[in-house]
Amino acid sequence: MIKMFFDFPETWQLNLGQHVGNFVRWLVQNYAPFFDAIKGGILWFLLQTRDLFLWIPWPIVLIFIFILGWKIKNWKSGVTFTVLIFTIGIMGLWDEMMLTLSIVLVSVIIACIIGVPLGIMVAYNERMESIVRPILDGMQTMPSFVYLIPAIMLFGLGSVPAVFATVIYSTPPAIRLTTLAINGVSKEMVEAGHAFGSTTWQILTKIELPQAFPTIMMGINQTTMMAMAMVVISSMIGARGLGLNVLQAINRIDIGLGFEAGISIVILAITIDRITQSIANKYKFPK
Amino acid sequence: MSVKIKVENRPKYLERDPEILKKLQKKQSKDKIFKETGHTVGVKNASFSVNEGELFVIMGLSGSGKSTLIRCLNILNEPTSGAIYIDGDDIVKYDHHQLREFRQKKATMVFQNFGLMNHRTVLGNVEYGLEVKGMALEERRKIARETIEGVGLSGWEDKYIAELSGGMQQRVGLARALATNPDILLMDEPFSALDPLIRRDMQLELLDIQSKLKKTIVFITHDVNEAFKLGDRVAVMKDAEIVQIGVPEDILNNPSNAYIEDFVRDIDRSRVLQAKHIMFKPGALVTLNHGLKVAIKEMESNGISSVFVVGDKRKLEGIVTIDDAVEAVKTKKKLADIIKQDYFTADEEAYVQDLIPKAIESKYPIAVVDENKKLLGIIVRVSVLSGLTNTAVE
Repeated sequence: MIKMFFDFPETWQLNLGQHVGNFVRWLVQNYAPFFDAIKGGILWFLLQTRDLFLWIPWPIVLIFIFILGWKIKNWKSGVTFTVLIFTIGIMGLWDEMMLTLSIVLVSVIIACIIGVPLGIMVAYNERMESIVRPILDGMQTMPSFVYLIPAIMLFGLGSVPAVFATVIYSTPPAIRLTTLAINGVSKEMVEAGHAFGSTTWQILTKIELPQAFPTIMMGINQTTMMAMAMVVISSMIGARGLGLNVLQAINRIDIGLGFEAGISIVILAITIDRITQSIANKYKFPK
Repeated sequence: MSVKIKVENRPKYLERDPEILKKLQKKQSKDKIFKETGHTVGVKNASFSVNEGELFVIMGLSGSGKSTLIRCLNILNEPTSGAIYIDGDDIVKYDHHQLREFRQKKATMVFQNFGLMNHRTVLGNVEYGLEVKGMALEERRKIARETIEGVGLSGWEDKYIAELSGGMQQRVGLARALATNPDILLMDEPFSALDPLIRRDMQLELLDIQSKLKKTIVFITHDVNEAFKLGDRVAVMKDAEIVQIGVPEDILNNPSNAYIEDFVRDIDRSRVLQAKHIMFKPGALVTLNHGLKVAIKEMESNGISSVFVVGDKRKLEGIVTIDDAVEAVKTKKKLADIIKQDYFTADEEAYVQDLIPKAIESKYPIAVVDENKKLLGIIVRVSVLSGLTNTAVE
């Protein structure tokens, strides 16, 4: 009798996992054309970006990175970034880097297209916030590998499910920081906007978004970082790039290959982080 | 003068609740309602009208509802009942479209903490009102530049707001409000955030601009001195109600209740009282053709040691002293020869504050004259000083 308080009764069961599985399968069966359309769209966008990235001659990429670093920070940063990226090249991982970069870029663009407007809507609507916030918490705390499963079910193997998983994983900071930024705009400034007869749209575009821009950029910076992490993980479902090299290194227990791919990911992440952060800082207006 | 703004018994409840309405109709106080219901009453009783071209000041301590009231005049706060007529239109009934048009064309606002956009330059801020109206770039830039010049900020057009001092920032706020050429300016404690010296400059600047542009201005302040200095008429608010409306001197001299009396006690009277309030008609006057004998007799009979000499239409010619007059009789000089000019004159609008140094320096009374040098009255030194010490004002 007393035993039942020590072992949780096996007969009490709620097969939540099964229901989620059934739901996803139901989605796949009934909405296949819809997901195919999304897949086609993402794939087209991805292929265009990838082809462009692989086509650009490497010296132009390096020069571009130098100029970017120089313009937004100083010439020293330009040199540092260029040398770092050059290092990836001489480790023989140039094409892998460009593949990773193309998936990251596509994911971040999609994440921003979804995240920024959603963030604005949440900022404008309290009820929306009470709905979106717990979802965002869930999205961020859920182990990132879990997203790979529905991604495969919906889109099969390859780069498209990688983009899908990456977008889901990396959108929350874009939403959160946009909301934070819009809510943080000075009340008096917005009131002044109203007092001069602005429409809601004018207040949003002429006052709130310019004011919020630096913070939104910080959100995009975080989105990019998270996308970078997720793209590496999603090599497990067939995304090509630096992550795939890590995966191969694990399978072959090849420390050398693993180190090279790993350090390349770190270099790429740091460079992207510094560049996007500098952009955010550069557009901070004097307070 | 036509009535520009007319507000009719306009309660504004921050929370809409029929319970509160009932309580208000039973004339319960704001405090009591707050205790019983936890709701705040913004403004419960305010009926007033503002004439065209008038600078109307609403004065009250913080929490008296004055900011709520001014925000109702452009519906930033939506009144729950009552009516606000501007040029005969009840703006409370406006829909979104009419309201936007009203804010774009008729009434603009200057804010306490400026409410300027720090992502825009001075020019970008000033042109904002014109921009939302949809005016073409060239045209609005031109108007914005002219307005910036009008508030004395030429050369700062391309600076960002953060590069400007507080006083300059509020000039930008003022220019932004003036740029759309509105009939009505709503100023919500515009100078409260500025330091005293800058505040004084800005007050003078405002009076200057007002004398040129003749806008209808509603001005909020908690500073009695500012209210009486600027206001053509002043309304005093207490506990969400207007307790007295009148010209500054009336409120100063006939406070309608103990609260206002208390309020105006601290006021620096020298900044409110003007020459016209403390001058009196001279008991003795001589004209040039009266001659010396009359002058001496006038002074003797009035027991004074000097007398002003006037010509045609009471035009002030100078002053003679009893000593000079007696001397002149002996040496057979004429009155015109001994007139002195070393007295001070003042405009009848001059503040007593500014007369104090003259009163201390001068041996003679101060002559109050109009622009044609017509003698309107004289101010003896003792009345300059007594004018400062309450009550004895006639």
